[in-house]
Amino acid sequence: MKYKVLIGLEMHCEISETNTKVFSSAANTFTDQPNTNIRPVDMAFPGTLPVINKEAVRKSLMASIILNCTQPEYVYFERKNYYYPDLPKGFQITQETKPAPIGIYGKLKFECNGEEKEIRINNLHLEEDAASSDHEGRSSKINYNRAGVPLLELVTEPDLRSADEAVAFLETMRSIYQYAGISEADSKKGQIRCDVNVSIMEADKDENDPNNWGTKVEIKNVNSFGGVRDAINYEIERQTELKEQGRYDEVEQETRRWDEDSMSTIRMRSKVDAIDYKYFVEPNIPKIKLSKDWVEQIRKEIPKLAHERKETYINEYGISDYDATILVKEKQTADFYEETISLGADPKIASNWITTNLLGSLNKLELTMDDIKLTPNSLAEIIKLVDTKEISSKQAKDVFQECLTNDKTPKEVVKEKGMTQMSDAGEITKIANEVLDENPEIVEKYKSGRTNVVDFLVGQIMKKTRGTANPTMARSTMLEEIEKR
Amino acid sequence: MAYMNKSIEEIHKALINKEVTVDELIKESLEKSKEVQNDCNAFVTILEDPKAVEVTDDLLSGIPYGVKDNYSTKDVLSTGSSNTLKDYVPFFTATSIENLEKHGAIMVNKTVMDEFGMGGTGTTGHTGIVTNPWDKTRMCAGSSAGSAAAVAAGVYPYATGSDTGDSIRKPAAYCGIVGYKPTYGMISRYGLFPFASSLDHCGALTRSVKDAAIVTDGMKGIDKYDMTSWDSKDINLYDSIDGNVKGKKLCYIKEICDINMYPDADDELKQHLQNFHEKLELAKQLGMEVEEVSVDQTLLNAVPSVYVVISCAEATSNMSNLTGFIFGPRAEGDKWDVEMKNYRTQGFSPLIKRRFVIGSYVLQAQNKDRYFHNAQRVRRLLVDKWNELFEKYDAVILPVGSGPAKPLEGSKNILDQSTAVLEDHLQIGNFGGFPSITIPDGFVNNLPVALNITGKCYDDVNVLNIAYALESKMDYKGQTAGGAK
Repeated sequence: MKYKVLIGLEMHCEISETNTKVFSSAANTFTDQPNTNIRPVDMAFPGTLPVINKEAVRKSLMASIILNCTQPEYVYFERKNYYYPDLPKGFQITQETKPAPIGIYGKLKFECNGEEKEIRINNLHLEEDAASSDHEGRSSKINYNRAGVPLLELVTEPDLRSADEAVAFLETMRSIYQYAGISEADSKKGQIRCDVNVSIMEADKDENDPNNWGTKVEIKNVNSFGGVRDAINYEIERQTELKEQGRYDEVEQETRRWDEDSMSTIRMRSKVDAIDYKYFVEPNIPKIKLSKDWVEQIRKEIPKLAHERKETYINEYGISDYDATILVKEKQTADFYEETISLGADPKIASNWITTNLLGSLNKLELTMDDIKLTPNSLAEIIKLVDTKEISSKQAKDVFQECLTNDKTPKEVVKEKGMTQMSDAGEITKIANEVLDENPEIVEKYKSGRTNVVDFLVGQIMKKTRGTANPTMARSTMLEEIEKR
Repeated sequence: MAYMNKSIEEIHKALINKEVTVDELIKESLEKSKEVQNDCNAFVTILEDPKAVEVTDDLLSGIPYGVKDNYSTKDVLSTGSSNTLKDYVPFFTATSIENLEKHGAIMVNKTVMDEFGMGGTGTTGHTGIVTNPWDKTRMCAGSSAGSAAAVAAGVYPYATGSDTGDSIRKPAAYCGIVGYKPTYGMISRYGLFPFASSLDHCGALTRSVKDAAIVTDGMKGIDKYDMTSWDSKDINLYDSIDGNVKGKKLCYIKEICDINMYPDADDELKQHLQNFHEKLELAKQLGMEVEEVSVDQTLLNAVPSVYVVISCAEATSNMSNLTGFIFGPRAEGDKWDVEMKNYRTQGFSPLIKRRFVIGSYVLQAQNKDRYFHNAQRVRRLLVDKWNELFEKYDAVILPVGSGPAKPLEGSKNILDQSTAVLEDHLQIGNFGGFPSITIPDGFVNNLPVALNITGKCYDDVNVLNIAYALESKMDYKGQTAGGAK
């Protein structure tokens, strides 16, 4: 490679796990019904005032601690002033790097294609989301449900060197937000949005000297990780091509947007035309002193993150690194796994079921964990039914498939399908004797030395029990009973 | 027999003794409203049929009052005296008004103000000029012009006001009544249309200090919708007034009060200052110590600039919610930004637009430090200076303005630089959030003049007590314009 790529990210993630919005008492829940989660302040009716949600601050501080940022002594909020129909107040309440956002100058280790990387975090700040709008021809519909939803904006230093690294970092962040109980971090619900900064420089020059950096291009509002990957790769290619053609001066410090349809970035505005947001301190929210005790308490309350859970799975449960990685990839899967174990299932068997059958089926049926009816309870029960030999492993797979998408317990399925193995010794003995009584000539053959006829007799037991008799027991019982004749 | 020109205590007694009914009071107040509307143009709305309530032990129960039109009142037109909200009927009521309602107070009208409180003349409301009931060729000052005129004319014993620079205390002075803004945050601002949030105060215009205490007791209280409000349930202003001021220490500022500071002083100013110094003698007779102090003239001269910069900056942002999309008369236009521009261009008066331009200018990135941040720094210096005075003195006593109400004709030239400090020192009360009360202290050219007492934050009782003692030594308590006491 002749060129090095410098990539920085701004990752916006809604905090979805608070009861109410960040400066409003309206519910913070995702709903399909537009304009239902609204208080007067969310539509900026005259005289309304913002009131900070302590839980949103707590969750932001938790993220700040996880990202190894410095927490401020006082929490301040600032107004970012601009006009847009989705911003009812005409300003967004946010935080600036001065005096101090909720987190500043952190770093985070993450893994990319098996290699450990580290990224520096410039800052993390808490702000409010804008309303969402649907543009339909000449009119637009505005949904204020999203107005005021707490939003964490994470700004990294330009430490990423490829689209792969950018996506790996974003996936790590999504995992952190999910495991820490901060956000569902679901890009399908529009909870994650990214701005990407890309520049290229001569590969042999020192990247620590900003004078060697190329022209930085910002790509706004990329709403999926796939989009981030494509946008970065497109932009690297575009900039490299211009450089190769001696037209690098055409790369301007500008803001572009990622267009999904044409799979290309499109110029929005030059940095020269950047909006002056006229920031100033939000006067309606007094500065809040952060007690060290509170921050320490939050540090202790950080739930186990993915890598910690993975270690437990490997070291305590004897799960392979490969399977443990699969189990912790999504928090929902890991939670499902841990709950199944807590109900008494063997960790290794449960892991096999989940990594092979569950995730395999989801993949095949194009479902997510949200779509399925199977509960940890059901899975633990299926594992137990096999363990106690009430059903065979083959039957268990059928029960699993049935429970996956239906509101039924494994026991119900087993009963419905008449699957239970007959393991009642008395009953099998009784049936064996019936078979013997009905087939005196076969008994004679056995007595004369043709012991292979037993197979036929066992087959008759299976026939009479419609296949439910435990085959091993049927054979041993038959052998015992025929000897008695 | 008229009651609306009496004190709250007197009216309450008459109600308890059944000398008069609530319905009769409402009728009297409405009739008087119509009269004052003809004479002074004081109201945006006179209610058709205010509902009577039961008379209780509560001093405010059953007594009519007026509300400045920048308080949000459910189901009652609330315009802020602006064309931008000329048809706005809120669906929620300001906390302080709700509090008064709980005390049984009866709102009978909404009073005219300078558009959104941004003016000091009472001439910029969208319904026209408010004239002074003492002399219709004179202004009331503003912005609480309608409230001041109505209380002075005996429409009711009190009206609410709001005060960002001197908007309660100046019109009270010009109309010969009492104007009080308590410590910042004692009364919730939820539902008050904002002008400059860090300076905005709710308060009361009354005809006596005791009434100001009663009304403030009724309005105040911590509010979960206003983070800057504080819990004052242990403070009862009315009960705390005993008139005992022996040994209290007052100071006045030489640079503001000395006639030698104003070489071009006209007769009105000379009489006003002489009258003020005479009233200081009364304070001494009450057993208070009164001392002259000196404050750096440069610091004092900065007051109006600090006010303009901070208030305009905050106002520009606060009024960005006025777009005509969600409330207000929507303007024509083929695009959202055109609609919005048309709405704002047509709706706001030139005076307000001028302030928006100043506000935007001082917040622009290249100007922010020179103007906005410097204004904040000087604000801090002034507040520190005043707090230093409060370490030694119980209150600062100063004359209000440079004389009595100014004539409406030729009022455009009111920005006389030589008396700027006299006209603008009340703004220091807003910079620091200090409790500050204006009481009438005499007449110049048969028009009322006033003095102001300002104390340290949370020391409202002390400020009211000093004002009460002085008021009792003078002859202007309970006076109404052109009428007998």
